[in-house]
Amino acid sequence: MTDLLNLAGDFPLLDRTVRGGKPLVYLDTGATSQKPAAVLEAERAFNSRHNAAVHRGAHQIAEEATEAYEGARAGVAQFVGADFGEIIWTKNATEGLNLVAYSFLNATLGRGGAEAERFRLNAGDEIVVTELEHHANLVPWQELAAKTGAVLRWIPVTPDGRLDLEQLDVISERTRVVAFTHASNVTGAITDTAPIVARAQEVGAYTVLDACQSAAHLPVNFAELGVDFAAFSGHKMLAPTGVGVLYGRRELLEAMPPVLTGGSMVEIVTMESTTFMPPPQRFEAGTQMVAQTVGMHAAVDYLTGIGMDKLAAHEDQLAGELLAGIAEVPGVRVLGPSSTQDRLAVVAFDVPGVHPHDVGQVLDDQGIAVRVGHHCAQPVHRAFGVHASTRASAGVYTSSSDIQAFIAGLHQVVKFFG
Amino acid sequence: MEQLYQQVILDHSRQRSGEGELQAPDGESFQVNPTCGDECTVQVTLAEGAIDSLAWTGKGCSISQASLSLMYEMVHGQPVAEAEQLGETFRELIHNRGQELDEEKMDLLDDLGAFTGVGRYSARVKCALLGWMALRGALAQAQPTQA
Ligand SMILES: Cc1ncc(COP(=O)(O)O)c(C=O)c1O
Repeated sequence: MTDLLNLAGDFPLLDRTVRGGKPLVYLDTGATSQKPAAVLEAERAFNSRHNAAVHRGAHQIAEEATEAYEGARAGVAQFVGADFGEIIWTKNATEGLNLVAYSFLNATLGRGGAEAERFRLNAGDEIVVTELEHHANLVPWQELAAKTGAVLRWIPVTPDGRLDLEQLDVISERTRVVAFTHASNVTGAITDTAPIVARAQEVGAYTVLDACQSAAHLPVNFAELGVDFAAFSGHKMLAPTGVGVLYGRRELLEAMPPVLTGGSMVEIVTMESTTFMPPPQRFEAGTQMVAQTVGMHAAVDYLTGIGMDKLAAHEDQLAGELLAGIAEVPGVRVLGPSSTQDRLAVVAFDVPGVHPHDVGQVLDDQGIAVRVGHHCAQPVHRAFGVHASTRASAGVYTSSSDIQAFIAGLHQVVKFFG
Repeated sequence: MEQLYQQVILDHSRQRSGEGELQAPDGESFQVNPTCGDECTVQVTLAEGAIDSLAWTGKGCSISQASLSLMYEMVHGQPVAEAEQLGETFRELIHNRGQELDEEKMDLLDDLGAFTGVGRYSARVKCALLGWMALRGALAQAQPTQA
């Protein structure tokens, strides 16, 4: 048993009540996390003291704003084991994943010159995804395949909700891209990335990691993982909405054509043509979400202050409490691994005969916030033979008493609809 | 909770009326709720300006299933115009934030009045209306063939 963290007091929102005075039990961190006061304050301080256009103008406040913005980049880079120039700000993970797909499309259209030829996709090339993906790491690749004539293939999911690593031969000499999740937002399974990365490297395919759930809950080092690209969202890791990150290995980013074009990302513009800045600016067209990046900096500082190892241990224990509690509710089936081994405290489940909407409603009536629906991952639900599920997910501020309240609520659900 | 999940709703979500498929529908409509992926198909045949037969299939929560089941009981065999009017009144109720409509309309709605509480939960509005959207689509498709 590890000592659990006790940090709910840092999160102003968790103080509130819902549905007529019931204390809030927030178990929807997998969808979006609450923000500590330190993050809210960092954003407020930036806006009230240092707000100006970054990378433009020579006045003092513009310099302060630029330093805050680039300082945030450095902070986040360090947090995920990347170099400063390998971190591109995006609006969220979805945008980051699309950025890679669209840049490859532009390369296929001949943009980016000879350097970008390596990203060109031809008819008959293959893109490999997985059945476990969030739609954000599936649909952009379907689209890229449809536009380029590439063929989409996928790694299937095992009955306990993990990637089936016995099936890695779907990655072949024809594979150009392997896009896969680091941790599932439905089954909670943490991917053993090494064999996938090794297989992709063997055939010369680019790897794209969806690190949305992992970066928020585990120590993550992209350089050590050896992936080419990775994307995650600030709002799932205590930072504000409107900011996310695309990580790309520098050598690749340097060769990739831009996606959004316009101000802030150009060198010389004539009426006929334009040259582009090096990365990361090449991929950051237009005025950016500066205050949110500052908030994200504060979030990674907060997480670093706790220690991602401690956070992972905290959540591992909560995952165990969730799984043990759910196992005692008659009939309920967990969609995902039944042990905490390589698993996040993200637990989706099916209550036979009771629709997830109804499960969520009865829980909500007791002040317990969970996610219901397909969680933007329809294929993995189909693999489990269900349409939708209910999901409880924990975070840095979650306590054992939150889990107990939820389990009691789940017993209520079964009683109410039984 | 009991205000939302009235007994009528719980009963209809368990013992559903009108589930099935028609051999040769005059009109049919498929609707999905993109937030949860719930779906339903409603099929109708018309005769002399009335809904001669109606059948539905679908997956969804108790609210959506009970709404379909009650819809079946209340509109099959009824004149199209009356079914459409009932649908409009039901939509009005569901969008009324949990308040009842005037007495005349509540009389018209009859057992559908059990859904009044759904209007208080904006996330559930679509559940209650999914089947009725499908009915509207199915009737629209069926009517040209009647003309
Ligand atoms: C695994 C995973 N990938 C991608 C996303 C998409 O994140 P966002 O909506 O912030 O772009 C999410 C969040 O829902 C997720 O859980």
